[in-house]
Amino acid sequence: MVTAFDIAMMQERTEQDGSVPVVAVENLRKTFGTLKVLDGINLSVNRGETLAVLGRSGTGKSVLLRLIIGIETPDSGSICIHGHNIAGLAIDQMGTIRKKIGFLFQHAALYDSLTVAENVAFPLDHHRRDMSRSERGDRVKQLLAEVGMEGDFRKLPSDISGGMQKRVGLARALALEPEILLLDEPTAGLDPISSGEIDELILKLQRERQMASIVVTHDLHSARTIADRLALLDQGNVVIEGKFEDLQQSNIGFVAEFLKQS
Amino acid sequence: MSLAADFFEWFGNLGIFSWNVLKAAVTPPYEWRELIRQLDEVGSKSLPLVAMAGAAIGVIISLEARYSLSRFGAKSMFPATLVYSVIQIMGPIITGLVVCGRVGAGIGAELASMKVTEQIDAIEACAINPYRLLAATRILACILMLPLLTLGTDACALMTGWFAQTLVEPLSFHQFIQDGFKGSTFNAFLPQTFKTAAYGLIIGLIACFQGMRTRGGAEGVGRAATNSVVLGSLFLILADVVLVKFILVVFD
Repeated sequence: MVTAFDIAMMQERTEQDGSVPVVAVENLRKTFGTLKVLDGINLSVNRGETLAVLGRSGTGKSVLLRLIIGIETPDSGSICIHGHNIAGLAIDQMGTIRKKIGFLFQHAALYDSLTVAENVAFPLDHHRRDMSRSERGDRVKQLLAEVGMEGDFRKLPSDISGGMQKRVGLARALALEPEILLLDEPTAGLDPISSGEIDELILKLQRERQMASIVVTHDLHSARTIADRLALLDQGNVVIEGKFEDLQQSNIGFVAEFLKQS
Repeated sequence: MSLAADFFEWFGNLGIFSWNVLKAAVTPPYEWRELIRQLDEVGSKSLPLVAMAGAAIGVIISLEARYSLSRFGAKSMFPATLVYSVIQIMGPIITGLVVCGRVGAGIGAELASMKVTEQIDAIEACAINPYRLLAATRILACILMLPLLTLGTDACALMTGWFAQTLVEPLSFHQFIQDGFKGSTFNAFLPQTFKTAAYGLIIGLIACFQGMRTRGGAEGVGRAATNSVVLGSLFLILADVVLVKFILVVFD
């Protein structure tokens, strides 16, 4: 069983030894039926760094995030958080790990019977009972103010736009002060102005909080704006990984085609 | 062959689901607030419906029993016939089926909708066990509320049954109750009422299982709601066959 003490020890080790990434995925494989989605992925992210994972639709980008958070189980390979392999841990064992990870789903996945404020308060109500009700309320207001949603406490998710839902989803993902942030298509379905606002918000939060972030996106412009490194997936493998300039200078046909079409 | 494999796979998955729910239910932290909310949802909000169903079957049994007993010259047996029919047979099964329709469909649809919109995944991503928060609370609420709802059904059925009889042949309620329960013991009625806790387990378990494994968008949600009611009702009736025999062997 992974305990909070284990996580603290791993975290200390990561901070002391800068060579140990916060998130490291090694030789990860996942198949659904006969469809091989991930075929030996190797990626790592350090503290304060943002990695954008790009690729065509259906190449397993979202599956990668779901494997890291533990919603899916890999067929083989390792997923290391602060050097500790979490692949295949049981649901209660994953609890301690998940408190350190914030996850923004592609469609925000807000609880539709709860208000905006109740959605953001949800993880606090379950995991921060040491805080008083008013302290939790203040924390919710602070989080919503950070994402620009301070005026919409009592609204239901059905009463707000897609972009606003993403902001609320982001506030909820940040509620437990995560060290790792996973973002699944944060700008999908948004107009260019709203996409830009979400990108700026992610950049601002990353500057302030110095999380290890993995952003899955097919939006190359967004990836260039927010990411320190980019990784391009194709047919279950990482075709290239590096800065945007590395992708531009690549001789690989798929990379050139992807950049051209984006 | 594929049908047989699907059949056993379904039961296998149900077994795994049940084990996960049981493990989650007996380990802290407990979801007391959600449990109380579900007790209200399953219990208080089902009461008007089961009361109406009880009232209806009371009148039906009263009319049929009076007619049948008159043919055999046994009208004096009417109070006992009504009491035993309602409390031992009709009250529990009618309550179970009505609650299966209302609560089973509601839970199945709610959880299915949450599944297809990734809300259950979001709960898990927030380091909260969805088996504990969603399934265990609902199943426990069904187990606790079914016996109480059955008492409500029985009470309404006896009252309307007596009232329907009184309109034809005046009989005081006090006399009706005295005649109806004459010579009986708690063993005659309590097991039949508390067996509905097993109905609650079936209704809650099937509905949560169907809801939390849904795929396929709106069609999947509809299918989950329908299957929750159909399978819940079927298993409920089959369980009644076993439970009736068990009660007769153990308590009689």
